[in-house]
Amino acid sequence: MTVSNLPILSMLIWTPIIGGIWTLIAGDRQEQTVKYFSLAVSILTFVFSVLLYLDFDNASASMQFVERVSWIKAFDIQYYLGVDGIALPLILLTCFTTILVVLAAWEVIEKHISYYMAAFLILTGLMNGVFVALDAILFYVFWEAMLIPMFIIIGIWGGPNRVYATIKFFLYTFLGSVFMLVAFLYLYAKAGSFEISAMHDVALTLQAQKLIFIAFFLAFAVKIPMWPVHTWLPDAHVEAPTGGSVILAAIMLKMGGYGFLRFSLPITPDASLHFDDFMIVLSLIAVVYIGFVALVQEDMKKLIAYSSISHMGFVTLGFFIPFTIVANTGETSGAIMGMEGAMMQMISHGFISAAMFLCVGVMYDRMHSRMIKDYGGVVNSMPYFAAFMLLFAMANSGLPGTSGFVGEFLVILSSFEASFWIAFFAAFTLILGAAYTLWMYKRVIFGDVTREEVAELTDINARETLILVLLAIVVLLFGVWPAPVFDVMHASVEQLINHSLQSKAF
Amino acid sequence: MSEHMENIYLAIVLSPLIGSIIAGLFGKLIGRSGAHWVTIIGVAVASILSMFVYKHHMFDGAPDYNAAVYTWLSSGGINFEVGFLIDPLSVTMMVVVTFVSWMIHIYTIGYMHDDPGYQRFFSYISLFTFAMLMLVMSNNFMQLFFGWEAVGLVSYLLIGFWYKKDTAIFANLKAFLVNRVGDFGFLLGIAAVLMYFNSLDYFEVFAQAEGLADTTIVIFGDHAWSLMTVICICLFIGAMGKSAQVPLHVWLPDSMEGPTPISALIHAATMVTAGIFMVSRMSPLFELSETALSFILIIGSITALFMGFLGLVQNDIKRVVAYSTLSQLGYMTVALGASAYAAAMFHLVTHAFFKALLFLAAGSVIIIMHHEQDMRKMGGLYKKMPITWITCFVGSIALIGFPGTSGFFSKDAIIEAVHHSQIFGSTFAYYAVLSGVFITALYSFRLFFMTFHGEERMDKETWMHLHEAPAVVTVPLSVLAIPSLILGAFLIGPMLFGDYFGNTIYVAEKHNVLHEIGSHYEGIMLFTLYAFKHPPVYLAFAGIFVAWLCYIKFPDWPGLIVSRIKWIHCILEKKYGFDEFNQKVFAGGTRCLGRMLWKYGDISIIDGIFVNGTARSVGIISSVIRHIQSGYLYHYAFAIILGLLVLIAVFVHGVLN
Repeated sequence: MTVSNLPILSMLIWTPIIGGIWTLIAGDRQEQTVKYFSLAVSILTFVFSVLLYLDFDNASASMQFVERVSWIKAFDIQYYLGVDGIALPLILLTCFTTILVVLAAWEVIEKHISYYMAAFLILTGLMNGVFVALDAILFYVFWEAMLIPMFIIIGIWGGPNRVYATIKFFLYTFLGSVFMLVAFLYLYAKAGSFEISAMHDVALTLQAQKLIFIAFFLAFAVKIPMWPVHTWLPDAHVEAPTGGSVILAAIMLKMGGYGFLRFSLPITPDASLHFDDFMIVLSLIAVVYIGFVALVQEDMKKLIAYSSISHMGFVTLGFFIPFTIVANTGETSGAIMGMEGAMMQMISHGFISAAMFLCVGVMYDRMHSRMIKDYGGVVNSMPYFAAFMLLFAMANSGLPGTSGFVGEFLVILSSFEASFWIAFFAAFTLILGAAYTLWMYKRVIFGDVTREEVAELTDINARETLILVLLAIVVLLFGVWPAPVFDVMHASVEQLINHSLQSKAF
Repeated sequence: MSEHMENIYLAIVLSPLIGSIIAGLFGKLIGRSGAHWVTIIGVAVASILSMFVYKHHMFDGAPDYNAAVYTWLSSGGINFEVGFLIDPLSVTMMVVVTFVSWMIHIYTIGYMHDDPGYQRFFSYISLFTFAMLMLVMSNNFMQLFFGWEAVGLVSYLLIGFWYKKDTAIFANLKAFLVNRVGDFGFLLGIAAVLMYFNSLDYFEVFAQAEGLADTTIVIFGDHAWSLMTVICICLFIGAMGKSAQVPLHVWLPDSMEGPTPISALIHAATMVTAGIFMVSRMSPLFELSETALSFILIIGSITALFMGFLGLVQNDIKRVVAYSTLSQLGYMTVALGASAYAAAMFHLVTHAFFKALLFLAAGSVIIIMHHEQDMRKMGGLYKKMPITWITCFVGSIALIGFPGTSGFFSKDAIIEAVHHSQIFGSTFAYYAVLSGVFITALYSFRLFFMTFHGEERMDKETWMHLHEAPAVVTVPLSVLAIPSLILGAFLIGPMLFGDYFGNTIYVAEKHNVLHEIGSHYEGIMLFTLYAFKHPPVYLAFAGIFVAWLCYIKFPDWPGLIVSRIKWIHCILEKKYGFDEFNQKVFAGGTRCLGRMLWKYGDISIIDGIFVNGTARSVGIISSVIRHIQSGYLYHYAFAIILGLLVLIAVFVHGVLN
């Protein structure tokens, strides 16, 4: 079956959005129908993404499945979509995660389930939109629109301190993206078009590039998030409902990484080279500093949130290290490895952080506490759950054979080609990652039962098992055989690196 | 044939894995006996096929096999593959690993008989066998690292097998983290290899090694380091973690919290020797750096001697054997440092058998004593458990290197090799391993006498119910006793002085101590007789004699000696303070640093000053500016006039200039 004649990208955007609108209209009166309908929509969307993958041409670096319609003629804004090897894995990740989130809400969300489902379905469509938009304004619309459902998710279904968290989340990310919009307007003036590819090609002075780089940096560094603009994330995660945390960690953080690849590196290559030391240092601070901070967290969700920031340090490290590697070795092979490793880290972190947050969610649903000290000896009453969580904890500590290893391994290997010391600090994650994850695991899961509530816990039910099994399969599959992810992105990454190494200053 | 062989290699690796998966996922369904049957069959298949492969390579002269199974991933022009290298080194390890594992699977039926986690245990040890085979059969660094960490995972799972015990879950976390410190170095070593050799395939790397011998690398300031030294020391740091060398040895004694079968399998016979195997495998690299070899030699001799001392003051029967393992691993490491890789491998093989035997014998005593491990509450057991007694005796004489036993040949070879070595640190190492012989004999026979001889120190009730362990325990003991006694005599000729390893192990001409010893070698009889001209044998006898004096003849001596040298005893009791230091400085310091970064960095500075500070200042400014919007018309009119005046003033000023 071929999908090249279908507007498959539009289907990926609009199927969940229309489905979400329908659930909104249906309302809470038909709770069961809404749930099954949402599940069906999310599965259908995932099927579309798989069809997209099957029909995708790995050998080509150019945009595929392009759709292009003029949208606002007066400003030359187009509804312009396309997908390449960098966006494709992220789209698959998004559609896969949505199924999990719908399943995870099943019996857990009691208040306004239809609105909850609607928010997530619409969010999925918007996130897919971010990954396929090839027009800067269209991208910006999706990018900002995405904040609204997330704002609502945390604001309505969130924890006690949700108002502070939502405002912090919204202002933080919004502030960053405003600068991005300004940069787009400037680039429009220079390139004469809002097409992202035109922006890639337009020549810019170093000074202009620096300013644009900083504007982009503010948008993407907040999103991913990089130290020191990361403090919104732990708060948002702690207050968000499980599904919100999953989407936030698995997908929304990746938007920042995607932005660096799609905008910062190709549009401002000289500025990226100019600031690369700065980016590398911030990345290493994220890996080491945040690793230490994660160690002392008492709230499981906060701990995983900090662990996410630390893992994202590898992503930004892999993205900004190519310049030094090429300068050192005169070859792009190490640079490609670093960038592909960083991409892999994004995908893998999507699975693992989703799994970790779902595990905490499973416990939270039963105990209504996220505090490590309230647990202890969970394995005695929930042995199957403990086994799953062990797998994900190990994946989070980067154990070979799980997907968590692949990205970190490649980024560390390639960063050695830049400098011994970069690799040295990056490799700290081996110790710190294991320390914070397994120490938490030890205190929560192992030991004798310390409290009566823990003794009475029931093990995971069929629905929860299904979710965790799905995640376990992908985590192990991509740990043992990550080649498919890499095959998809080779051509695009290579082109991106070659493009970023060309100076466009004049 | 070769395609045919590839299927056999795959079967060797996968049959324990399949057994593990079935026992792990469907443990409830297949029940206890189902779980042990499926895993034992899995490991037995692996073991028998390994022996077949051994015969095929070592006796039928099949060529080395080196090929990829599949491409894990390719990136930046480098193919990361999963593949097998089957040569004398790996087939030796395969046979040792699968055979010891097989015996321990059988033994486990008896040892874990009443444990509620029976199926889980079998699943874990089979998984371990799989991981260890992946490690030893690998043909590249990536897969080596996979196996390396995977055995670490299973070790973590098994040390914490009794997860209700606080000491067990403390020990398993400690083991994992200390190993990760080693892996930290190991990974940097691998990264350096990839950068300079542009490949992670063993053969491709080794082929280029000579050419890169003089390459230097700058790390601190502008002092140039030899690349090989950096790579080898980084890799060896990994070995220090896994093979428990000072100062990364601290996890191994604590790992005794796990069930005894795994102490035998993982923490004595196989996993802890992975570091020794790895360095032997990398001999073409290590031979190019004398600095690294000296480093290895010194670390190894410190471990061999000082960990032996600690065995003297332990009262827990398993911990004595654990410290003995540390010390013996030190011997192997010393051999590596002296470039006697073959001797290290030889000792690895004999040690795997006699140390597994000793652990299983200790375990046999422990189950019969109802999980009592304190030797002060044992004694006189030889009357009740003759098979355990005899096999433990065999294990002990092999360990101390009694002439003719397996341990004698392998240990003597190491001592001789160090004696002939010329590199920096070899004199120190020689005296360390020499004194180690006396210490080894002393603590081994202290254990033997305290457990099996002397007066019966348990209560009457226990004594009445003592009996020999069941057949599933005694059979593996007896089977392991045979190689502990005689294997050394068979292997010494070919392995040390013959052509056993072929081209697998590379030794530079000037380091080739084994060749030097081999030029005088004239068969095992003369080798044994010749040993009587040298101190080690007498030191071993002296050790037994002193142990006999102290624990049989004059049982009040140890107390008297301890009261005379209290401070030494205190140092040994505290294990030289490593644990306390690590606990305070590393564990405490890390937590303290984390708390500081969090409280001051994140909460006070970033959030307090910048984020919420911005919000606050917006609030403050707006509360001030708000007053301008008073709503009174005359305020606004006044502001307009004022503004107009300012504009006019500026305009006039501009005109005048």
